[in-house]
Amino acid sequence: MAILHTVNKSPFERNTLDSCLGMAKKGGSVLLIEDGIYAAMQGTAVAEKVAGALEKFSIYVLGPDLKARGMAEERVIGGIKVVDYHGFVDLTADHDCVQAWL
Amino acid sequence: MAEPWEEDEAAGEIKKFMYMNRKAPYGTIYALESLEVVLIGAAFDQDVSLVFADDGVYEIVKNQSTDEIGMKNFSPTYRALEAYDVEKLYVLDTSLEERGLTEDDLLVDVEVVDAERLGELMEEQDVILSF
Repeated sequence: MAILHTVNKSPFERNTLDSCLGMAKKGGSVLLIEDGIYAAMQGTAVAEKVAGALEKFSIYVLGPDLKARGMAEERVIGGIKVVDYHGFVDLTADHDCVQAWL
Repeated sequence: MAEPWEEDEAAGEIKKFMYMNRKAPYGTIYALESLEVVLIGAAFDQDVSLVFADDGVYEIVKNQSTDEIGMKNFSPTYRALEAYDVEKLYVLDTSLEERGLTEDDLLVDVEVVDAERLGELMEEQDVILSF
C-alpha cells in the first residue's frame, strides 16, 4: 500500500518527523506542510537526517507554507520537491491513503 | 518642589517585563497573541524586553508572505515596535544556528546573545511572560 505521510509540526519542537521517518516504508512519500516545512531547509540541525531520508522516500514540501514563513525555495534541500495545493491533491489521489502525523 | 503625590504620578512604577517567544508563527496562535500583549503593554510605558528563542526566531524571519494560506501576515508589526519604545530584542544564538539562520535573515535589529546572558537578563526582570 502506498502511503502519503504528512508532517505538520516543526522538527525542532516535536518528534513527529522522527516518528514518521521511522515508520514510513521505502518507496513511500512524505509531504511537509505547515510548521513541518522547516525540516525542508538547508543548513539546519536536522538537514542531514532529512537529506538521508531522501534515499528511502520521496519528500515534498508545500510551497504556500514556505512562502508564508519566509522560507525561500532556493534554500530547500536539493531533491525535495516543492508542490502547490494542486500538487497536494495529486499526491493524495496518487496514494492509497494519507497518514497525517499530528 | 513637587508634592509627593505629584512625584509619584510623574515617576509611576516602571517594572521590567520580558516576553519569552518560543513558537513558530501561523502553526499556533502563540506568536500573534504574544505580539498583541506586547502592544497592549507598550501603552503603559514599562521597561520591555522581547526574547526570541527556539522556534520563536521564526517569528521575525524576513519575507513572510501569507496570501496563499489565508492568514494575516503579522510580521511587519515587529518593525513597528520601535515606535512603541520596545527596543530590547534578544535572540538566542544557538536557536539561529540550529535553524541555519543568521541575523541577515531577520526583519528587525536584534542583539544575539547566548543562553548564559539570557539567563542573567531573566534574573533582572520583575515579570516574565511566556509564549
